Amino acid sequence: MKDLGQRVLDGEQRAIAKMITLSENNSPEAAREMKVLHPASGRAQIIGITGVMGAGKSTLVSELAMEYRKMGKTVGIIAIDPTSPFTGGALLGDRIRMTKLTEDEGIFIRSMGTRGMLGGLTSAVYDVVEIMDAAGKDIIMVETVGVGQAEVDIIKIADTTVVVLVPGLGDSIQAIKAGIMEIADIYVVNKADRPGFDRIMAEIESLVDLTTEAGKRSIPIIPTVAKTGEGIAELRASVDEHLELLNGTNEFQANRRRRYEAELIEIIRKRLMNLIFDESIFKERIEGLIDQIEAKEKDPYSAAEEILSQVLK
Amino acid sequence: MEGKIRVLVAKPGLDGHDRGAKIVARALRDAGMEVIYTGLHQTAEMIVQTAIQEDVKVVGLSLLSGAHMTLFTDVTRILKEKGMDDVLVLGGGIIPEDDIPKLRESGIKGIFGPGTPMDDIVSFIKENVEE
Ligand SMILES: Nc1nc2c(ncn2[C@@H]2O[C@H](COP(=O)(O)OP(=O)(O)O)[C@@H](O)[C@H]2O)c(=O)[nH]1
Ligand SMILES: [Mg+2]
Repeated sequence: MKDLGQRVLDGEQRAIAKMITLSENNSPEAAREMKVLHPASGRAQIIGITGVMGAGKSTLVSELAMEYRKMGKTVGIIAIDPTSPFTGGALLGDRIRMTKLTEDEGIFIRSMGTRGMLGGLTSAVYDVVEIMDAAGKDIIMVETVGVGQAEVDIIKIADTTVVVLVPGLGDSIQAIKAGIMEIADIYVVNKADRPGFDRIMAEIESLVDLTTEAGKRSIPIIPTVAKTGEGIAELRASVDEHLELLNGTNEFQANRRRRYEAELIEIIRKRLMNLIFDESIFKERIEGLIDQIEAKEKDPYSAAEEILSQVLK
Repeated sequence: MEGKIRVLVAKPGLDGHDRGAKIVARALRDAGMEVIYTGLHQTAEMIVQTAIQEDVKVVGLSLLSGAHMTLFTDVTRILKEKGMDDVLVLGGGIIPEDDIPKLRESGIKGIFGPGTPMDDIVSFIKENVEE
């Protein structure tokens, strides 16, 4: 049988799926195969979709995917849901809204849990994007609930980030406060069929007015009813327009460079963390150091320096 | 390597509610598994396609109506055709005694009737998933 990497390049579904699992599990084989895949990546258009739980992101992703399929493009979807910090388990339910896509061979959907810090969600998502890209998907969408730094980092993978808001949740101001608005390239006001639509439109418009620098692009606001597909064609056009705009400037390259920089840092961070916290030699050391810190025999900085100097030897 | 057990919980067929499937899905999540839940009205083809993409080790099928024989065995047959015969397939619901041997023969390893304690399902999965 051919190598896994080669089978991914051929676009074989099972190979793509296996490769993603290896990467999620931090397998050494994943690192090996990623070396094969990287040269073939970089062609896909990457779209990040974020917003609160229940905003209609999965429904929107499903409709947008069909819109791109109509244009003959292939689509990869990464749907991320939170892992329970208590049990390590996760209920990944985004596919409920994507059943229309299941039997289309031109679409590959993967659900992911955020898993633990040390597992490194971000680096796994970088890999999964690269795997789907190398497998030849034209469009890659990443859906994530917009809370926490990890999620904001994930969204930095995207060429275009869509922030989804809805009427009546009273969370738009919270989203602004949480810094989520700063990452938007496009706002979607979904559930435009629901009461409170005018109000949230006005809120976002005034926010965009307030934050747009003179002479700069003002962030588009697209109303949608994802449930019926209304506004999806407009959203698709707006996403592609944003990419075109990027392509015309140095921003696109700068974006991608930022992504590779973040990815490199993430891989190094993960390797170092694993080296320190997974190796049993250090485990005992760390326990001992914590004892000493607790007994005030040592301060945390000196303890950290001790570990680091041993790692870097 | 820090693997997690990934399970697809699916509700094939056309009958109406998925309360049971959801209870199982939540119990498996609480046992530390990653549960992909796809909702109602899944065809056998959709279930297999999802199992492939999500690279699950386990497929749990929930069924209420009498149509389980063909639906269950369709899933195992298509899984085999696609080379996914290492996946552990479980069935839950009201299943007549007489059908159980045939289901087992078709590749459904675990069969759980109504009222099976969740712990039994969890430990069955943990014992039977190939590492
Ligand atoms: N009224 C209305 N409901 C919608 C719309 N879009 C999605 N929904 C519903 O909102 C709920 C949550 O949708 P989902 O896509 O799962 O949201 P997510 O959690 O952001 O991925 C579902 O019941 C959808 O059917 C819309 O435009 N209008
Ligand atoms: Mg969702």
